[in-house]
Amino acid sequence: MKPSLLDVRNLEVTYPGGAAAVRGVSLALDAGQKLGIAGESGCGKSTLALALLRLLPPGTRVTGEVLLDGEDVLAMKWGRLRAVRWAGASIVFQGAMHSLNAVHRVGDQIAEPVLLHSGATPAAARKRTGELLEQVGLPAARAAAYPHELSGGQRQRVMIAMALACDPRLVIADEPTTALDVMVQAQILRLIEELVAEQELGLVMISHDLAVLADTCDRLAVMYAGRVVEEGPARDVYEDARHPYGRALSAAFPRIGDPAARFAPRGLPGDPPDPAGLPPGCTFHPRCPVALDTCGSQDQPLRDAGPGRRAACVRVEVPVGAGPGAGAGAGAWERPGTDAGQMPPSAVLTADGSTRAGRDDGSARVGADGSARAGADGSALPRTDGPAQAVADGSVCAAAGGSARAVPDAGAAVVSEYEDGAPAAVSESGGGTP
Amino acid sequence: MTATPRAASAASPPAPAPLLSAQQLHVAFPGRHGAPPVRAVDGVDLDIRPGEIVALVGESGCGKTTLARSLLGLVPTSSGRVTFAGSPLDYAPRALKSYRRRAQLVLQDPSGSLNPRHTVYDAVAEGLRIHRYPGDERTAVAGALARAGLRPPERFFLRYPHQLSGGQRQRVVIAGALVLEPELVVADEPVASLDASVRGEILALLLRLRTELGLAALVVTHDLGLAWNIADRVAVMYLGRIVETGEVEQVLTAPRHPYTRALLSVLPEAPGEPVVLTGEPPDPSRVPSGCRFHARCQVLASGEAARAGVADACRTEELPVLGAGTGTQVACHWVRAKAARAGAG
Repeated sequence: MKPSLLDVRNLEVTYPGGAAAVRGVSLALDAGQKLGIAGESGCGKSTLALALLRLLPPGTRVTGEVLLDGEDVLAMKWGRLRAVRWAGASIVFQGAMHSLNAVHRVGDQIAEPVLLHSGATPAAARKRTGELLEQVGLPAARAAAYPHELSGGQRQRVMIAMALACDPRLVIADEPTTALDVMVQAQILRLIEELVAEQELGLVMISHDLAVLADTCDRLAVMYAGRVVEEGPARDVYEDARHPYGRALSAAFPRIGDPAARFAPRGLPGDPPDPAGLPPGCTFHPRCPVALDTCGSQDQPLRDAGPGRRAACVRVEVPVGAGPGAGAGAGAWERPGTDAGQMPPSAVLTADGSTRAGRDDGSARVGADGSARAGADGSALPRTDGPAQAVADGSVCAAAGGSARAVPDAGAAVVSEYEDGAPAAVSESGGGTP
Repeated sequence: MTATPRAASAASPPAPAPLLSAQQLHVAFPGRHGAPPVRAVDGVDLDIRPGEIVALVGESGCGKTTLARSLLGLVPTSSGRVTFAGSPLDYAPRALKSYRRRAQLVLQDPSGSLNPRHTVYDAVAEGLRIHRYPGDERTAVAGALARAGLRPPERFFLRYPHQLSGGQRQRVVIAGALVLEPELVVADEPVASLDASVRGEILALLLRLRTELGLAALVVTHDLGLAWNIADRVAVMYLGRIVETGEVEQVLTAPRHPYTRALLSVLPEAPGEPVVLTGEPPDPSRVPSGCRFHARCQVLASGEAARAGVADACRTEELPVLGAGTGTQVACHWVRAKAARAGAG
């Protein structure tokens, strides 16, 4: 089977200060597809984007796998990584004002990756720069302009031209239209959609505006506190979110003409959590309008929430008839890394974990595809473990969960390599829990 | 259709006298190196009545921020006048100081508009100190913080801006504007730099202040959803002029000006085919002749205007400044021609 263009497995990122910015994210994307990642500042979405190309500052702990065409970016040698950046995958950064060099002409900035990666002659690179500018809707003569001579929308077009310079297969767009006017935003989104369709690119688009993502992307993942809390087909998630946070995000931007939103702006009380001190249990529970008593102590795994959809909320009804088999199918799309936290050991032992039984602390880890099993014996789900226990187990599972799939051999090797470091991450991320 | 519950005194007939009013307001900045002057605000009539929330929407560079600043006396006007509570704005320093006690500005970026070395208490008390507030400063600051949703206020007194979240910072900025109990606030993009989930909370706060204190507000924004959320009236600005104004329900659900239509059509949830205008608004130092929107107008480009017999007028004939009244008004030759024909037929 052809590997997905991008397959992120159980990615975790911890900054040197101990802030767990991404905590077990798994995503997959095929060529020609558009995946939206929604969430507010501090939820880890930009960290995730940077981690995909290993652009994080030194000292940051990154575990899991980022498979680009089946090859793990996190395990690449430096030279290979340099080749993959720009040519394999490129990023359109947030805030074109700050991402362009103010003292170089934009044409030279676009030509730089062309010169470095394809070994083109300066004349060929200039020609390519002109083509790229025209592709993004700017006259080729604008290559001679400095960034301050361009408007915000034009600068964003230059950023996109730069990202396309080496014909990447994957483009990661981090808030490509934030701070742009509605009309310019519409122009840029249309341009991105055209380019993706023409060139069969994969697109990961990051934004806090669910409406924009739902309009542009095929699938949507909503992140909160470093984890995916809901994912599914973009329109379904936007129109009928299953997770209360997804619902709050989609209500934040009103549909004009909707009488329910008139004189009734909807927000969410409280502030996004600090990644260095996450609340125990479900990280969303302090702001959740429908939280149960148990939410304060039990972490919630992603679970099936309809066809092609998953949400990490205790209130999500597991569809009838979702047996272990069906669940495993869904689990293959994204492995919920941390869901073993509240899996009682008995359930774990009955699970399909026999192949991994030899590994340490298999009880916690094997629950990794437990969202399905939670459906099978749902009664076991709301068992109250001690909060500390739940977090510790969950994190161990998150760190080691990669092995639960153990699909490519290389990947398995990487996972085991990181396994030793996992307990450290546990104590760090669990530090905030009482 | 438009029977949405309305708060406070906004629409009770007959309309009360405007609190703040701009008449034929022009603001021009001198051009550099002999370039023609930049006509940032080029003839605007606008009224804001007590307890009314008006949204001023438009793209960046359309002059909406300059208009807001000139209404507060922060930018000298070139011609036209601003009146507040019936009397023209006096630009003498002492008079401006007392005016600013009654009309306050809330800036866009709360991180940039708070002094990082002032505590929350100092930030909010600054206005009281400038105006030599006679009462108890501590009570006033606590009251303003509580009204802005920071409760209990004492817990926030000694915090510094970096210890607050973005939403809390914006609440501090709003508390600083509220502490002098103004009658009007001008909020320039009050939620543009805030997270989606916090945005609704701040907008709800503005609505609550209107209900509880009868506060009037001019909200400057490029976000049409914001206007739908909280505003009574909306004024759409393009290149220094208001091109369409009226009740929010009217303007946003049945837009008439081609520019307003295009703006609404590109919103993610909009029905119908999006009209993506090409290019960007022209330079305000070279305002096109005729209708200032004609170079980008989809109605003119499609030949629709020519069929209505107004294509020449669009290119050559300038439109009058829209009045400040509450009814829906549109500065467009094509819309006028259609309306005239409908009236005659």
